[in-house]
Amino acid sequence: MAKKLMKGNEAIAAAAINAGCRYFFGYPITPQNEIPEYMSRELPKAGGAYVQAESEVAAINMVYGAAGAGARVLTSSSSPGISLMQEGISYIAGAELPCVLVNIMRAGPGLGGVQPSQADYFQATKGGGHGDYHVLVLAPANLQEAADLTQLAFDLADRYRNPVMVLADGMIGQLMEPVELSPYLPAADLPPKDWATTGTAASGGRRRVINSLYLYPDQLEQHVRALYAKYAAMERSEVRYELHQCEDADVVIVAYGTTSRIARSAIEKCRSLGLRAGLLRPITLYPFPFAAFERVIDRPQGFLVVEMSMGQMLDDVKIAVAGRKPIAFYGRTGGIVPTPEEIVKQVQALLGGGP
Amino acid sequence: MKTVYEKSAGLTDVPLHYCPGCTHGIIHKLVAESLVELDVLGRAIVVAPVGCAVFAYDYFNCDAQEAAHGRAPAVATGIKRVHPDAIVFTYQGDGDLASIGTAEIVHAAMRGENITVIFVNNAIYGMTGGQMAPTTLVGQSTTTSPLGRNRIGQGAPLRICEMLATIEATAYLARVSVHTVPRLTAAKRAIKKAFQMQIERKGFSLVEVLSTCPTNWGLSPVEALRWVEQTMIPVFPLGVFKDLEGGT
Repeated sequence: MAKKLMKGNEAIAAAAINAGCRYFFGYPITPQNEIPEYMSRELPKAGGAYVQAESEVAAINMVYGAAGAGARVLTSSSSPGISLMQEGISYIAGAELPCVLVNIMRAGPGLGGVQPSQADYFQATKGGGHGDYHVLVLAPANLQEAADLTQLAFDLADRYRNPVMVLADGMIGQLMEPVELSPYLPAADLPPKDWATTGTAASGGRRRVINSLYLYPDQLEQHVRALYAKYAAMERSEVRYELHQCEDADVVIVAYGTTSRIARSAIEKCRSLGLRAGLLRPITLYPFPFAAFERVIDRPQGFLVVEMSMGQMLDDVKIAVAGRKPIAFYGRTGGIVPTPEEIVKQVQALLGGGP
Repeated sequence: MKTVYEKSAGLTDVPLHYCPGCTHGIIHKLVAESLVELDVLGRAIVVAPVGCAVFAYDYFNCDAQEAAHGRAPAVATGIKRVHPDAIVFTYQGDGDLASIGTAEIVHAAMRGENITVIFVNNAIYGMTGGQMAPTTLVGQSTTTSPLGRNRIGQGAPLRICEMLATIEATAYLARVSVHTVPRLTAAKRAIKKAFQMQIERKGFSLVEVLSTCPTNWGLSPVEALRWVEQTMIPVFPLGVFKDLEGGT
């Protein structure tokens, strides 16, 4: 398939269908509306169904039902809507159902604003809803990656029987870039969905029950420990990140998604000024690429974390660096996107040169 | 020896946990028998609620999904869209359906989802210990309306069948009771009819069953049956509120 100029939200929607997603349940919210609009147009053609739910609360519970019935299913929303979905996400994680969630982040708290933000990092990576659980979180930095990671998300969800979130922001959602969607085949070694509710006649007579209720504490503890064994496997096998010009870097910038693109431009400017900056870009935010820091920790004078928030991923960077090097933070929030020049200034300040 | 009575094949062998005198068990039986008699047990999927019937997923002898409180109609929607040939039903109490789940039930009805809802109304929160429900009668005392439900500030009972009857895409809505044998027979007819509607892809069907809660009403099982007849039915009149096919 040739490259096609697409909007980020459309690329995510098209990639989902390409990966075999046939069901979408959602509720309108800016800046992700192109996803439900695309799905409402294209899913019926693909033999699937689009349902506009009465709320994000209902949408995520429709996802629970469809995922429990064995389908590849997607929902998308933006920050306030994702907050409403947290109850359902906790149930989905507890019942070990695979599904893909897309959060095209906007600025908060509260109704906040509709401009890009990365202030849902804590919510996405540390649980979000009630109880002990994790959602696997993928953070694309360009539209091709958004499409590729969306496809991968369906395989990861099926492999681990766990919700997978594609965490992007209004910038990625609204940007246009060329995207190529190749024919997609799910991984060959995915486990069979021999737990899905289909009716006992279709499954050979054994009852199948989707549930997250365990009234006996010893059973619930055992269940949660099994979930955590799964998360440990994700932490071993699914960590993804990119290192860019870190070999000789005096400052390693840590940024994901939109801010990592801006950091990349800033690094170019820094280098033209003789300042050696590099980039450590987490692609999985959970599991966080702690090990990547061991590869770069020796050389730089310090790290610079850049986020469109008041500093959320910063906490994970602190854990990774563990006091061995200084860490500076530069954040813009409220829907303001930092410029490369602002980041260059931070690097200059760190290296003791410049204005 | 002649068999005069058998447990329905639509129920598992798991012992029911319901309180003595509660009519949930009877309603389970009517639903199970209906599924067997309509020959759809093998393609039935039940969505269990939060509340007294939370363990319905252990009792109905079919596939099951346990839903979050009030969300059963949304979960059922997801299942039904994936398996349009399955017989998907929710089994919900009045706290679940008429309070926290009002948005989900109203919009499932509005979309005309081809699912069946068994709505068990006992005018109280049973599982959590007898708190006031939206269906609690005016003057009825509960643990959160100790002086009796006050019309001013606490309101009057929500009548779900009447409310849903205003929604165009509903196919069948009926309120029944199981406090006498003739009522029980009529209730089963209504439940079967509701499933029949789904089998024929007619759209959204709901049967509201007035049920007892001797434990939290503070009545004996016999007194509780009488309370349904004398106190509940005048507020929640029995009948068919919507039938696409006409008749009862």
